[in-house]
Amino acid sequence: MILQTTWFFLWGLLWAIFFMTDGFDFGVGTLYPFLGKTDTDRRMMINSVGPLWDGNEVWLITAGGVTFAAFPKVYAVMFSTLYTPLLLILFALILRGVAFEFRGQIDSPGWKRIWDACIFVGSATPGLLFGVAFANIFRGIPFDSQGIYHGNLLMLLNPYGLLGGALFLVLFMVHGANWLAIRTSGDLHDRAVATAHKLWIALVALAVLFLGASFFATSLYDNYFKYPALFLIILVTVAALLGIKYFLTRQHYFKAWFSSAVTIVGATFFGIAGLFPALYPSLKESGATLTAFNASSSPLTLKIMLTVTVIFLPLVIAYQIWAYNLFKGKVTEDDLEY
Amino acid sequence: MDPVFLSRLQFAVATMFHFLFVPLTLGLSIIIAYMETQYARTGDKTYLRMTKFWGKLFLINFAVGVVTGITLEFQFGTNWSRYSEYVGDVFGSLLAIEATVAFFLESTFIGIWIFGWKKLSPKAHAGVMWLVAIAGNFSALWILTANGFMQHPVGYTIRNNRAEMTDFTELIFNKFSLLEILHMIPSACLLGAFFVMGISAYHLLKKQHLEIFNRSFRIALVFGLVSSFAVAFTGDLHGIHVAEVQPAKLAAMEAHWETQTKAPIILFAWPDQEAEKNLWEFGSLPGLLSFLGFHDFNATVQGLNDFPKEDRPPVLLTFIGFRIMVGLGTLFILLTLIGLFKRNRLVDSPGYLKTMLWAIPLPYIAIEMGWMVAEVGRQPWIVYGLMRTSEAASPIAGYQVMISLIAFIVVYGLLGAVGFFLMAKNAIKGPKPEEA
Ligand code: HDD
Ligand code: HEM
Ligand code: HEM
Repeated sequence: MILQTTWFFLWGLLWAIFFMTDGFDFGVGTLYPFLGKTDTDRRMMINSVGPLWDGNEVWLITAGGVTFAAFPKVYAVMFSTLYTPLLLILFALILRGVAFEFRGQIDSPGWKRIWDACIFVGSATPGLLFGVAFANIFRGIPFDSQGIYHGNLLMLLNPYGLLGGALFLVLFMVHGANWLAIRTSGDLHDRAVATAHKLWIALVALAVLFLGASFFATSLYDNYFKYPALFLIILVTVAALLGIKYFLTRQHYFKAWFSSAVTIVGATFFGIAGLFPALYPSLKESGATLTAFNASSSPLTLKIMLTVTVIFLPLVIAYQIWAYNLFKGKVTEDDLEY
Repeated sequence: MDPVFLSRLQFAVATMFHFLFVPLTLGLSIIIAYMETQYARTGDKTYLRMTKFWGKLFLINFAVGVVTGITLEFQFGTNWSRYSEYVGDVFGSLLAIEATVAFFLESTFIGIWIFGWKKLSPKAHAGVMWLVAIAGNFSALWILTANGFMQHPVGYTIRNNRAEMTDFTELIFNKFSLLEILHMIPSACLLGAFFVMGISAYHLLKKQHLEIFNRSFRIALVFGLVSSFAVAFTGDLHGIHVAEVQPAKLAAMEAHWETQTKAPIILFAWPDQEAEKNLWEFGSLPGLLSFLGFHDFNATVQGLNDFPKEDRPPVLLTFIGFRIMVGLGTLFILLTLIGLFKRNRLVDSPGYLKTMLWAIPLPYIAIEMGWMVAEVGRQPWIVYGLMRTSEAASPIAGYQVMISLIAFIVVYGLLGAVGFFLMAKNAIKGPKPEEA
């Protein structure tokens, strides 16, 4: 019981960290064609995330791997029922990853335009689709106890799913704009700040809509009414959301970025806490719902994985913080690598 | 459209493509780390230029390797969900550990390596490359432990309708995995060495950047020489273990149909799965198969006809793949030995240099063939003796897999073409002129 519950929250935590870290480079990539007016702008934007995006993406691999290790049945059913959206995300990540490396290899506008498009599509698609997927998971997915999906791709694009997608996308864009505010200077910096201010209004609107819609479209709030202390999560998330604006206005960009980071973690945990103990609820048969208790690995595997996690996760976080620290200054033109 | 067949095809495309890039990452990272260490120790700028030149090729290759790995991590769930449910308790943890202990290290530090030239001292920067190299090889270790479980499952019991782990140490000290690691890492080093020697040969033939490429060639030569012997040696050990735990694979590798003592090795043949025999054979070395499999000329080697038809792997691919791999392995020993004699007068040996240039693709072929032998020879099992591949696929529609398979082929085809084109372009361009 305790092991499975611990793993449920670790699972949520890994997804939250993934959204928080890769989220800002998704955001930067989504803003890329809009804020990057000149080639220098674009190279600055790439270089602002260049040293870090790959390490950020490993949080996705780890979140996937841990789903496999701790909840194999969830890994199996979730990824096969969401086959097409997941592969779309993966192909987007492929294009984006190589685009960062390939773009600077040949100095021709046509060549760069191809990879510019890949950076944009490759960053916006995962943001949007992860939002759609998670909103649908909050709502429940139509699969049966055999793990067979009864529906089609378009069913995932229901209004609540789309709202989730829009929320994630805009959240990541704000997060990315905050990052650019920290790491760039001059014109690009000013445009990033202005964009963050503007998108923040859209973000608040989407967040309010989403919190409201969740009441009608999902049963997430059941847990909240059962354990009212959980409302703290929403409170913290909303405070962080307001914090973004507060710090942006005062030009404390690192604090603004930190606030958007907390908003993302909060938003993820809003859903995770509401889902508990379900990881992958079924809309079709309630008996098919996969929970921390009916879909987990054996106690031995959970214990081994917990040991590995307790030792290595802090280590990973420590050296990633070191890396962030190493690249904390403004990107200047003479250290452009790409 | 059979989802099982299409998923097999898709997995083969995806892993074989991933593995066009991974071995170079593994082998070249060590060579570059060595070069950079020499720079940090001696301050000799030639080593720095070598590091940067090979580093550039390395990074292009690395980018493709990384992005193609990400799809693999999820394909067990998307395409092999029955398999994932059944063995996830054992197999999943190995993948998760790989990500936690190896991928983080590698991906975080490669970013620091690329962007950290001005932020770190030469020594620290070289140290970062060592971390990248170690992390890469460490990830190979874990993925091969996972693969070893599929080849020869240990440390588990069947409980709650699935395989559950009973002994983690048994799992990570699986002899099959250890042999795979011992065979795989040198084969990656061999590939890295031939890559460096081949490109160096190109420039030496043109008599340009002699200092850089003479040095690079000779570093790689030592590396290649040691690895080519190691690969053959561990491959032999590996074969013995296969004979013991996967007799049907061994029989397929050798197109050996009838059980017999003093079993011969057949050099060339055309096995016919339907007719259950070889249509023709050429060159039979009596007793040698018994010797290779069991180190005893009189040992009995089980033939394919002893196994029920539905338990036999595809013979033709396994047999040919094995011939090509071993043939090339022998050739590599020869080529590096010749290099050993010519090492001090490379520029005056255009014939040898040309051979080495054209030899660049050969280790790639050997490595892909090795995996074909290992993986196709394991069929019809996804986990040997425990679960059949036909029971392992996801309950998804064939057309979904068809579409994704086409997408894989198109995207990967383009990606591979661009990746190799950029590597070739940079390789031909040569190192940057010396900085003032
Ligand atoms: C961790 C596990 C693992 C690892 C390290 C590899 N494979 Fe694999 N391979 C599988 C796990 C697997 C699999 C999931 O188990 C497949 C899919 C269907 C099957 O039977 O095995 C498979 C099938 C498969 C097939 C198709 C065989 C058939 O169905 O007839 C080929 C050609 C390869 N693989 C090639 C490779 C290559 C080139 C690899 C080098 C990276 C490789 N595999 C590593
Ligand atoms: C013998 C087989 C394999 C070996 C030795 C191996 C090794 C490696 C190495 C060294 C890398 C780092 C960079 C590069 O590829 O150039 C890598 C990347 C990756 N591989 Fe593989 N791999 C193998 C097969 C697989 C399989 C079957 C999976 C699926 C589970 C996988 C998942 C990944 C992932 C997710 C990455 C990206 C990691 C990152 O972002 O840094 N690999 N692999
Ligand atoms: C020269 C003698 C060689 C021998 C006797 C040999 C032997 C073997 C055997 C028996 C296997 C099958 C193991 C299994 O069923 O899983 C294998 C696999 C493999 N071989 Fe070789 N091999 C040789 C050379 C090479 C060379 C030159 C390369 C590449 C440069 C190579 C790369 C591989 C790889 C990547 C695998 C799959 C991984 C594994 O199962 O270890 N081998 N080899």
